[in-house]
Amino acid sequence: MIAFILRRLVQSVIVMLAVALVSFALFRFVGDPIASMVGQEVTLAERAEIREALGLNDPFIVQFWNFIARAATGDFGISYRLQQPVMELILSRLPATLELALVSGILAFAFGVGFGVYTALRRGSWVSGTIMTVSLIGVSLPTFLIGVLLIWVFAVELQWLPSFGRGETVYIGNWWRTGLLTESGRASLILPAITLGLYQMTLIMRLVRAEMLEVLRTDYIKFARARGLSNRAVHFGHALKNTLVPVITITGLQMGSIIAFSIITETVFQWPGVGALFIRSVQFVDVPVMAAYLMLIALVFVVINLIVDLLYYAVDPRLRVDRANAKS
Amino acid sequence: MSTPILSVRDLVVEFPTRRGTLRALDKVSFDIAEGEVLGMVGESGAGKSLTGAAIIGLLEPPGRVAGGEILLRGERIDNLPPEKMRRIRGRRIGMVFQDPLTSLNPLYTVAEQLIETIRTHIDLSEKDARKRAVALLDRVGIPAAARRIDDYPHHFSGGMRQRVVIALALAAEPELVIADEPTTALDVSVQAQIIDVLKEICAERGASVMLITHDMGVIAETADRVAVLYAGRLAEIGPVRDVIQRAEHPYTVGLMGSIPTLTQTADRLTQIPGSMPRLNAIPQGCAFNPRCTRVFDRCKVDRPELIARAGGRQMACWLYDAAVQGEAENV
Repeated sequence: MIAFILRRLVQSVIVMLAVALVSFALFRFVGDPIASMVGQEVTLAERAEIREALGLNDPFIVQFWNFIARAATGDFGISYRLQQPVMELILSRLPATLELALVSGILAFAFGVGFGVYTALRRGSWVSGTIMTVSLIGVSLPTFLIGVLLIWVFAVELQWLPSFGRGETVYIGNWWRTGLLTESGRASLILPAITLGLYQMTLIMRLVRAEMLEVLRTDYIKFARARGLSNRAVHFGHALKNTLVPVITITGLQMGSIIAFSIITETVFQWPGVGALFIRSVQFVDVPVMAAYLMLIALVFVVINLIVDLLYYAVDPRLRVDRANAKS
Repeated sequence: MSTPILSVRDLVVEFPTRRGTLRALDKVSFDIAEGEVLGMVGESGAGKSLTGAAIIGLLEPPGRVAGGEILLRGERIDNLPPEKMRRIRGRRIGMVFQDPLTSLNPLYTVAEQLIETIRTHIDLSEKDARKRAVALLDRVGIPAAARRIDDYPHHFSGGMRQRVVIALALAAEPELVIADEPTTALDVSVQAQIIDVLKEICAERGASVMLITHDMGVIAETADRVAVLYAGRLAEIGPVRDVIQRAEHPYTVGLMGSIPTLTQTADRLTQIPGSMPRLNAIPQGCAFNPRCTRVFDRCKVDRPELIARAGGRQMACWLYDAAVQGEAENV
């Protein structure tokens, strides 16, 4: 078990390095950062000076090495655009993104599993049919369109919920700004969370339904019924648990993409998160921020995958090989 | 004779399909007496497993009981509401399935599955249920049961798993055990052991057994009576000795002729020409008539009913119709 975790950690580091290399290489071709940093009246000599000061004239390998060495200590440099340390910028905006992602992830998982189980057990009922049909919309409509539709209905026409921003926020500790503790903060969270989570929810729901139908046909479910176990025990104790392994995999990956691809939702709702920060940075060729953002997303995926692997162990005893070997 | 444990009367099971309704079981009737082992034999698709599923109330939709009745100790159980039927499953009728490798939930330990089953039916504390579970495992022949009980199914071999399945099926001491090909998926060397365990425990507890199999050897050693199914209809039913040694129904004769024996040497085993008709193409009259070697006109027109013969045998065959009349006068 420990060996397994260590192995995974080493793999993770390699993955992170690879991502760093790719993103770093990529950003050399997005344009000249100096051009967007300074005004037109700056002379060529001054430009060359800034270039030299930023270390942009060093060979690629040297630049990459400097980047890695500093990144390892959490220093991603200074944003070209905002002239603030990148780490500070990202950390100040991370809570907004994480709160949004977490809430929509929980919504997606809870409703996805709930609807999935329901539609599998009540196959053929009109409620299931309706849920399945509506879920098609969730899968096929692009996120930004859903966001705009929600804004139109709930913010513009009905005026129930705010259409943009985070509402009022308060600090927890020194730097975590939360919107969850104020009424306007929670109200502001609803629409973006639905927008961001709808696709994931329908995906989880369809997966749970398919897995559930599959498991309900197995012999051990038949045998559980033949032993007179209650429907609840059969459906939730025996069937649902067996659907969890693939569901956990997908949910984990989706959680990663919720965080990574909150960009669109954040843009639609002007949510002050890291996604929005990234989009602005791309426009201004703010390489340090872009690189740090990509590294952050890679880290999120790596961590989530590790958690998913550990969850497998918790759910499926057949994977706990060490124990079996020790016994036999 | 006292009331039989199980009484099946004119059982009809149908599967509605887009191209008409298929009759998978057609007026099947038989009894199982207290403590009796009834063997159920027939080719694949003859309706053996379906009979078991219908009795325990676990027909896969859209299959349904379309006629007849099923009585457990004289009480009808085929029309019970689902919740009442659930209480009978496991408590009064136990079932053992064919494949022990897939019958157990891989994510729960044997102890968890046994205790859950015991406590569903019997009001016991967790601790007492566990004691009972260990005793059961010990009884079905799992060595070091107290230690092995906390293992997961994948820690056991196929034969051991089938013992666990038997322990699970018998956890609440049912009066009737339906064993659906309990040895088919097992190694030949383990088959006899499993059958012995099943037979012993059921005898010990006075449980009756409906043993579904196509292994005539198992039937000959284990069953008291045997029922022969063909295309969803009962061809013959009677004491196992009579049916095996003095087969009379032409289908049973063919079936017995196709089994190799040690005492007789034959160059070729006899076989029944053709194959069992599909459910949507069962011929008029006797379902076996196109393959029967002794077929005559009447077989192609009227369907033979089960007729009682001497020695508690019953047979559905026109050949013995007249003979029955004669014998009936003598009795």
